[in-house]
Amino acid sequence: MESKTEFSQWKLFKSTFLISAFTVGGGYVIIPLLKAKIVDEYGWLDEKEALNYVSIAQTAPGVVAVNAAVILGYRLAGFLGMLTAMVATVLPPLITITIIAYFYDAMINNQYIKYALDGMQCGATVLIIDVAINLLRKQIKKKLVLPILIMLVTFIGNYFLHINVMYLIIMDALIGLLALQDPKYN
Amino acid sequence: MTILIQLYMSFFWVGIFCVGGGYASVPLIQHQVIGIHQWLTMSEFMDVFAISQMTPGPIGINAATFVGTRVAGLPGSIAATIGFVTPSVIIMLILGYIIKKYGDVGAVRGILNGLRPAVVALIGGAAILFICMSLFGVDKIAINLAQTKYLNIIVMIVSYVIIHKKLMGVIGTLAFSGVLSLILNTVVTHI
Repeated sequence: MESKTEFSQWKLFKSTFLISAFTVGGGYVIIPLLKAKIVDEYGWLDEKEALNYVSIAQTAPGVVAVNAAVILGYRLAGFLGMLTAMVATVLPPLITITIIAYFYDAMINNQYIKYALDGMQCGATVLIIDVAINLLRKQIKKKLVLPILIMLVTFIGNYFLHINVMYLIIMDALIGLLALQDPKYN
Repeated sequence: MTILIQLYMSFFWVGIFCVGGGYASVPLIQHQVIGIHQWLTMSEFMDVFAISQMTPGPIGINAATFVGTRVAGLPGSIAATIGFVTPSVIIMLILGYIIKKYGDVGAVRGILNGLRPAVVALIGGAAILFICMSLFGVDKIAINLAQTKYLNIIVMIVSYVIIHKKLMGVIGTLAFSGVLSLILNTVVTHI
C-alpha cells in the first residue's frame, strides 16, 4: 500500500495521544480507531498486516489498548516507535485521571462534562461501526467458508455465550494453525 | 518509596494476569487494592470503575492511575501505570519481533489467518455493544426503548455522515461529536 502521509515519530505520537485522549470506553474502541487512523488515513500499514498485529495484541495479557499501540508502534518504527506509542497512549489517562482524582466530586457531577463525554461516545460508536462494516464486507467478499465461520462463532461465543475472549482466540489460532496455512487464506 | 514499589508490583501482577481487555482487570485490581493492600474501600473502588468508564482512555490504565493517585499522589499514579504496562511492553516486543521475522512461515501464517477473522468479530461485537450503550445507556447487547437517548441518535447520524463522506478525520469526528452533544443537550435542557 502506498503511504499517503510520510511517517514521523511526532505524527505517531500526536495521533495516538489524541485517540487515547478522546476515546471513552477502553481497548475495543481504541483498536478500530487506531486502525482507521494508521491504515485508512495515513496508509502506513496495509489492513491485513494491521489486523495481524492487533490480533496478537488482543490475545496477550495486559491492557489491550496499550498492547495494540505498542505492537503497532514497534512495527512502524522499531523500539523507539514502541516507546512513542506507549507514552502517547498512557499519558492522556494519566493526566485526566490524576486531575479527576483530586477534584473528583465536582467533575463527575458536572452535567456539561457529561454531555460532552456522552457525545464523544456517540462519535466513537459511529467510527467503530464504519470500521466494522468495512472489515466485514471485505471478509465476506472473499467467500471463504472457514474464516466466515470463525467470525460467526467468535462473535456468538463472546457476546452471547460470554466465553472469555482468550479461550476463543486460542481456539481460532489452533484452527488457523491446522487448517488455514494455505496461501489462499492470506 | 516502599509504597511506590508496592504499587508498581501490584499493578505489574495485574498486567501479567489480565487477559481479554479492560473488564478482565476488575477482579484482579480489586484483589490487589482491597484484598491484599486495603488501599481503597469497596465503595471507593466502585467509584473508580464508574469514573474509568466515563473518562477517555483504556479502563485498566484509568483505574491504575486513580488508585495510584489516591494512595501516593502523582508519583503513585505514575508508579501504578508503569507497573501495569511493563508486562504488555515486554510481551508485545517479543511477539512483534516473532511476527515481523516469521510472519510468512507456514505455521505462523496459519495462526494469523485464523486470528484475523476473530478480530473482525470482536470489532463487530464492540460496534453493536456501543450502539446499545449510546442509544439506551446499557452496558451489554440489549434493547431498552424506555431509556432511548434521542439526542444521541442525532449526534450519531451527523457524525456518521461526517466520517462516511470523509469530511473530518478520526480525531476531528470525536471532538465534533462531543461539542455537538454539549450544544444539543444544553439547548434542550434550557428550552
